Amino acid sequence: MRDRADLVIIGGGVIGLSLAYHLARLGFTDVVVLEQGYLCFGASGRNGGGVRQQWSTEENIQLMKESVRMYRRLSAETGYNVWFRQGGYLFLARDEQAAKGLEANVKLQNRCGVPTRLISAAEAQRIVPGLAPEGIQVCAFNPTDGVLFPFPVVWGMARAASQLGTSVETFTRVTAIETHGRQIVKVVTDRGAIATNRVVNAAGAWSFQIGKMLGVDLPNKPFRHEILICEPLKPFLDPMVSDLSDGTYFSQTMRGEICGGISDPAEPSSMDTRSSLRFLERMCRSMVRVIPALGNVRVMRQWAGFYDETPDGQPILGRVDEVDGFIQLHGFGGHGMMLAPIVGKLAAEWILRKGEHPIFQRYDLGRFKRGAVQKETFSIG
Amino acid sequence: MGKTIVCQCEDVTMDDLEEAFEAGFRDLESLKRFTGLATGLCQGKCCIAHASRFLAGLRGGDEAAADPPRTRPLIQPTKASCLAGPEDLSASPASRGSGK
Repeated sequence: MRDRADLVIIGGGVIGLSLAYHLARLGFTDVVVLEQGYLCFGASGRNGGGVRQQWSTEENIQLMKESVRMYRRLSAETGYNVWFRQGGYLFLARDEQAAKGLEANVKLQNRCGVPTRLISAAEAQRIVPGLAPEGIQVCAFNPTDGVLFPFPVVWGMARAASQLGTSVETFTRVTAIETHGRQIVKVVTDRGAIATNRVVNAAGAWSFQIGKMLGVDLPNKPFRHEILICEPLKPFLDPMVSDLSDGTYFSQTMRGEICGGISDPAEPSSMDTRSSLRFLERMCRSMVRVIPALGNVRVMRQWAGFYDETPDGQPILGRVDEVDGFIQLHGFGGHGMMLAPIVGKLAAEWILRKGEHPIFQRYDLGRFKRGAVQKETFSIG
Repeated sequence: MGKTIVCQCEDVTMDDLEEAFEAGFRDLESLKRFTGLATGLCQGKCCIAHASRFLAGLRGGDEAAADPPRTRPLIQPTKASCLAGPEDLSASPASRGSGK
């Protein structure tokens, strides 16, 4: 392992690797990425692969439009097929409040050039065979949203960056970060130390632990989220379907498996990755309510991972007051995977001073003292 | 030897495992994800032990590095309609097991 680097990225998930990948493409490879486990160990290897532009804030919509464009190109760029399938996302609203929310969101998305349409349950049945229309007030469908296979996204970016000269170290835990006054001088790991003055904290659910190493108090909280996957079926389901009444989402993978999760407001913050019966029961009940024929499909496996949540549901980006050269790139909740391409690109440009983007000021850590930013309300899972 | 099938559910051969190892996937969790081994209907019941032994061999007898992936529910694939819970489960607090 290198003993010095211009930049150390803590976290070898999709966010850290996207940054490394874009830095490398811009010619900057004096970088070491540190991943505590195997590639795909964290949330980047545990998510459902959803990629949507249906959000409630203009910023997220615009960022995701670009991310979708980037995901369309990624397989060809890295030589790893990420199986990005734009089969659309269908949201179901079962009550007045959710319906009104969808209407407002769709108007905003359309203004931003995203072709989401409000459709009836009957129209939705034509898109999703077997959808039970009872209790559905209105739906929103955007055909350009999609699903991908997360593992090759991670592997592709890691390999591409490595081939250009970046170091990606797996099974390497950061144990301390040493400073001299306000300046970082080295990152200490269980495999040796790396001298550096610049560290990017892209550690997802572990970001607040990294912050603690430098006395930076981060408001992130990790929450367990679970997913189940069913036996493979002949392809029949084009979009990702999501029921807003309980945050259920599921889609059919390229191997034919039905895969998805559900929100659980009662789940406390924890770093527990054990699987629960509660999730299985709630998810199956909800899934079968949406498409009753799924009652006959057999569940094969369930797993768990973390959403790295912040108080306002927006990420924490950019500098901190306490330490120089300590860049935050975390707090992406349930949408890190889909935002990774554009966030990595913008962060690379920002770090190399090739571009300024307002998100690095707007979403910095200091915003919690300045006052709330616009909350993103359209979260699922 | 190379065409010997290790994972019957997903058609993974010894050659596939060796190629994956050469491509840098050197722990069982990564091999599983890259080749699809143990991700089929039997969820590794038939193949994990073989793959683990094979990997330990490739790693010069390093058995600790060939630890099997985490065992997860379900033991047997089970219909969603059997698993679906009652209406009021959503209202009850999340039950938390003891331990870390």
